[in-house]
Amino acid sequence: MSKQRMMPAINLALQEEMKRDNKVILYGEDAGISLLGQTTGLQDNFGRERVRDTPICENIMTGMAVGAAAAGYRPICHLLYGNFIYTGFDSIANQAAKLKYMTAGQVKLPIVYMAVIGGGRSAAAQHSDIPYPALMNLGGVKIVVPSNSRTAKGLLKSAIRDDNPVFYLTAAGGGRPEEVPDDDNYLIPIGKSEVINQGDDVTIISIGPMTLKAVQATKKLNEKGIGVDLIDLLSLVPIDEDTIISSLKKTGRVIIVDEARDTCSAASHISAILSDKAFKYLKSPIKRVTVKDIAIPYSPILESHVIPEVADIVNCIEKLLESN
Amino acid sequence: MMSIKKYVNNLSDEDLKRLYKKMLMIRKCEEHLGEATKNGAFPGAVHLYIGQEAIAVPLCDQLNDSDWISSTHRGHGHFIAKGGDIKKMMAEIYGKSTGICGGKGGSMHVADFKKGIIGANGVVAGGMGLAVGAALASKMDGNGAVSIIFFGDGAANQGVLMEAMNISSLWNLPMIFMCENNQYSEFTHTSEVTSGKIVDRAKPFGIPKYEVDGNNAVDVWQAAYQAVQRGRNDEGPSFIEAHTYRQRGHVEFEYTFLSRNYRDQSEVESWKTNDKDPILRLELYFIEDNKFSRDDIEKIHKEVQDEVNDAVKFAIESPEPDIASAMEHMLEE
Repeated sequence: MSKQRMMPAINLALQEEMKRDNKVILYGEDAGISLLGQTTGLQDNFGRERVRDTPICENIMTGMAVGAAAAGYRPICHLLYGNFIYTGFDSIANQAAKLKYMTAGQVKLPIVYMAVIGGGRSAAAQHSDIPYPALMNLGGVKIVVPSNSRTAKGLLKSAIRDDNPVFYLTAAGGGRPEEVPDDDNYLIPIGKSEVINQGDDVTIISIGPMTLKAVQATKKLNEKGIGVDLIDLLSLVPIDEDTIISSLKKTGRVIIVDEARDTCSAASHISAILSDKAFKYLKSPIKRVTVKDIAIPYSPILESHVIPEVADIVNCIEKLLESN
Repeated sequence: MMSIKKYVNNLSDEDLKRLYKKMLMIRKCEEHLGEATKNGAFPGAVHLYIGQEAIAVPLCDQLNDSDWISSTHRGHGHFIAKGGDIKKMMAEIYGKSTGICGGKGGSMHVADFKKGIIGANGVVAGGMGLAVGAALASKMDGNGAVSIIFFGDGAANQGVLMEAMNISSLWNLPMIFMCENNQYSEFTHTSEVTSGKIVDRAKPFGIPKYEVDGNNAVDVWQAAYQAVQRGRNDEGPSFIEAHTYRQRGHVEFEYTFLSRNYRDQSEVESWKTNDKDPILRLELYFIEDNKFSRDDIEKIHKEVQDEVNDAVKFAIESPEPDIASAMEHMLEE
């Protein structure tokens, strides 16, 4: 174990997996110099053949991953910011997510599409999006959303070893250094969430970058005598239905904290799953703490108004409990 | 147009016969599909390759299973040329369980990865990235395999072509850009939607370019030879523009929904003559040079037709897909 921040933990996972399997290759814009630190040192260790700086061309980068994967490699397509997923969306939506199905399973596509998502950095509307709702709707890709450095390492290693296209979406920073296992086989299974706090009064399901705030909200609620079952969802495709349903059965109340815009957010889908499968256990309506259907603004005061804060989570739960 | 004879130098009579039979195979499969679609014999729409056979066949003739091709919505010809099984192709178009994609892809997605056929593609220029990715894999494997993107004049106007040429040249990838300029982007003449010459787009990227008569199998073969050798020898990408003509519509049955004609029938007919149609031109050469008699040619026609008939019979008699298969293959278990 050693304490690490998110980006070094991601870097460690990449180093370990590239060392373990020489079919793992990585390419992206500024992969060598590494804007945020995920890929620092990879070129020195694995060479410029396996770690390639690309032109700025998401349109073809996303498709190349499909071709290289079909031809036997395990490409990691480093897209920097989540918004650039939109730029490369044709090959994601029309090729990567469908080629296996269209060809009746002829091909395996072990691809990792990697990007940072979410706001909070005054990066404004084109660098702050949460693009996973659109990806969830494709069906043919897995999506993981680590919340801290430990889960970042474990999930990236699983994503690289998975035989499907996996979107690996993390916050750009924030969060305190956490203990990260040194074990080079430390894997967190895709499709499994973690219950990171136990309580009987209410369930919080938090997604990716929001988990940090959900943890703080949980502490505040505990201080007020409210017991929180806090689930760090970690995977959006597939969703760990068993864990969220069993928590709902215990508490009867659920709020979902999701940085996506509300319409067709991950939260609204999870809400639908829960009301379909566990309606009779609900003591109150399922609540979504999300971003309204607007773009992310630049000014810090505007941005923090738009993106859910700790107080929004606490208030939502207090209202929910009051109304019953 | 030039006679094919001028171009024949390092191709033997056997080579030409092989190309001819394969081209005829494509033609007869497509003719069947063009007829059968009128009766609703199979579910989806088809985009036929008739008139363009002299492009896919001479290029794919020089490839093997470890080479990759990625193609277009007009992709039956590429599939057959690269060695795809015509029974499985026909069954796929008929939507049957025995189809190469189990009836889940249809005409626009015939693919056979074991044979290096990444597949037809329903998105114009959609196969571009796939081919470049496969070329990257071949480059890293160092196995001398090449990767071909077949695309049309329509796809030449997609921005991703520029990205593909840039990265292929930058990384010296074994890519062959095979542009089939069939003069129509869907229902619009290429001249109305395309500036400059398509082949010239390779120049600023430093990619060697070849401009060929796409209705002359031998001309295409020679250019393809240069391009394939360059790829195999790690000399980087090549670009070929093959001028041809789409004898059929963008899609079969198009006049049932189009509000007006977009070209004169006389123009279409002018490309079906024995000095222009790629198959008739080969036959003309065979006869004029006494390679084959009319009877020999008739015999080949019958052989090929029999094989196509068998494939059609196989498709018709094959069972429908198992309903449960609709839920399979989205993700690897």
